[in-house]
Amino acid sequence: MPSTPVALGTAGGEAGAAGVEPAAPPPPRRRRVRSTQWAAIAFAAPLIAYLLLFYAYPLYRNIDLSLHDYTIRAFVQGNAEFVGFDVYAQVLGSGDFPRALLNTALFTFVSIAFQYTIGLGLAVFFRKHFPLSELLRALFLVPWLLPLIVSASTWAWMLASDNGIVNSVLGAFGVGQINWLTSPQWALVSVIIANIWLGIPFNLVILYAGLQNIPGETYEAASLDGATAWQQFRHITLPLLRPVSAITVLLGLVYTLKVVDVIWIMTTGGPGNVSTTLAVWSYREAFGTGRPDFSPAAAVGNLLILLALVLGFVYLWTQRRQERS
Amino acid sequence: MTRTRWSWKAALGLLFTAVMLFPVYWMVNVSLTRTSDLRRDPPHWFPWNPTLDGYANVLQEQLPALATSLVVGFGCVVLTLLIAAPAGYALALLRLRGAGTLNFLLLVAQMIPAVVMGMGFYAIYVRLGALNTLGGLIVADTTIAVPFAVLLFTAFMSGIPKELLQAATMDGAGTWRTFWSIVLPVSRNSVLTVSLFAFLWAWSDFIFASTLNRNGDHVPITLGIYRYIGNNTTEWNSIMATAVVASIPAALLLVVAQRYVAAGVTAGAVKD
Repeated sequence: MPSTPVALGTAGGEAGAAGVEPAAPPPPRRRRVRSTQWAAIAFAAPLIAYLLLFYAYPLYRNIDLSLHDYTIRAFVQGNAEFVGFDVYAQVLGSGDFPRALLNTALFTFVSIAFQYTIGLGLAVFFRKHFPLSELLRALFLVPWLLPLIVSASTWAWMLASDNGIVNSVLGAFGVGQINWLTSPQWALVSVIIANIWLGIPFNLVILYAGLQNIPGETYEAASLDGATAWQQFRHITLPLLRPVSAITVLLGLVYTLKVVDVIWIMTTGGPGNVSTTLAVWSYREAFGTGRPDFSPAAAVGNLLILLALVLGFVYLWTQRRQERS
Repeated sequence: MTRTRWSWKAALGLLFTAVMLFPVYWMVNVSLTRTSDLRRDPPHWFPWNPTLDGYANVLQEQLPALATSLVVGFGCVVLTLLIAAPAGYALALLRLRGAGTLNFLLLVAQMIPAVVMGMGFYAIYVRLGALNTLGGLIVADTTIAVPFAVLLFTAFMSGIPKELLQAATMDGAGTWRTFWSIVLPVSRNSVLTVSLFAFLWAWSDFIFASTLNRNGDHVPITLGIYRYIGNNTTEWNSIMATAVVASIPAALLLVVAQRYVAAGVTAGAVKD
């Protein structure tokens, strides 16, 4: 703040007395800093406008939806009654809530645990180059690039009860028919299996990149000291990979909490509620039935954002503490 | 000694890849299976009497949907680049005040579920009459890519050597000239990475398509597949043929731009 008048003063002085050499250099720099600041704002302006219009405003509308009692008619006319946190109370008090929360937790944590473990195993496997390794690693990306609806419908067909390939293979080993998508005890397992498959490539790529950054000499020194492969993994790979692992898990967490497509296409959250997560619940209330119920849908959605933010902050906080210690 | 271990590893790698890609193979297999063979138990492991009926159906029914998806995908790429590239420049090189706050908001934006955004957009579009329009869907779809794109541009542009920019300033180039003739050309790889992801995410979006464009004439291919699943549960060869066709952009991009895909994924991770 105090620098501004000074800058103005010197700029004026410069105009008046061009001959004063020592005073001349600072003003242009000051002026450039200030004009750069304007340029910076100009270059960031589209993004700021975009965030306000296409993030903040829809989110505001969504909060507004959750605080009013919107019927379809009120939705079009815009004259819904303000009910405060009633809708939230309703949602939190409903019998569906504990189930949806539990499913969200199971879906997220089991998916991430397997995605990470398998992804890490594969990353370690691909660390040493061997014939075809580049090509095979590239092929591993395929599941991640396919549209989710494609993968989800493929899994749905593979897990079909009567003539799905999975049951057919299991049948050859003497396992009886499993109703993967339609039985209460398997529906959630099915969508988790598909989601694990979808997340492996992402984990593989990030963890592989993380491994590339661990210097090879560390391993050479360790093997000279007689460390076994397992010891190297435990005492070199895992600790040095920790920052990358943390970001992988966080991104996976944030991403998995939001998943709707996979579950919706494979089971529509059913049978009953057994594979309904918070995200799927929200989607079903708003768009999944013929009768949209936007207020509870918005309330569930906002709770989901809250959950993601809390997890995000917990993560950031533990990161900071780890860095300090 | 080393040789044998290498080929042993390659064999194991092949096995892993085969297991991982089995669903993709199965999708292709089913897409070529005759309707009469679809209900066979056990199913054929490879197409015995391959048929292209499924693909014929795709060509008959899904071409407009494919065109819609292409338009939406390219629209998203353009809009994302227009917003994210200048913003990355401002955040990385122009010492924007409040850059920290903006970065934080972008991180938070990535945590917001598409379902919630979909509802907000729906509520707004109902009033604006923007439901079932291509423009409306393009705008909504860009919300998936923009925060990521800005963070990626910022990360990349921060690494541009300062000497390069100083040289431009010495030659009298203003911020706009510097951006247009130096920063952007140097950032070509990140432009490609961002374009690739913006396109793929828009192409594979289902949530925005199913909430904002479900009843219009312009339905993207993901919704085309979804409708097949609903109406047509016996014709799994057509569904899978559509799925194969819908996967073509991903396959092409993987072959052409494999490097950028990996770069993009890891760029998301480097940023703290």
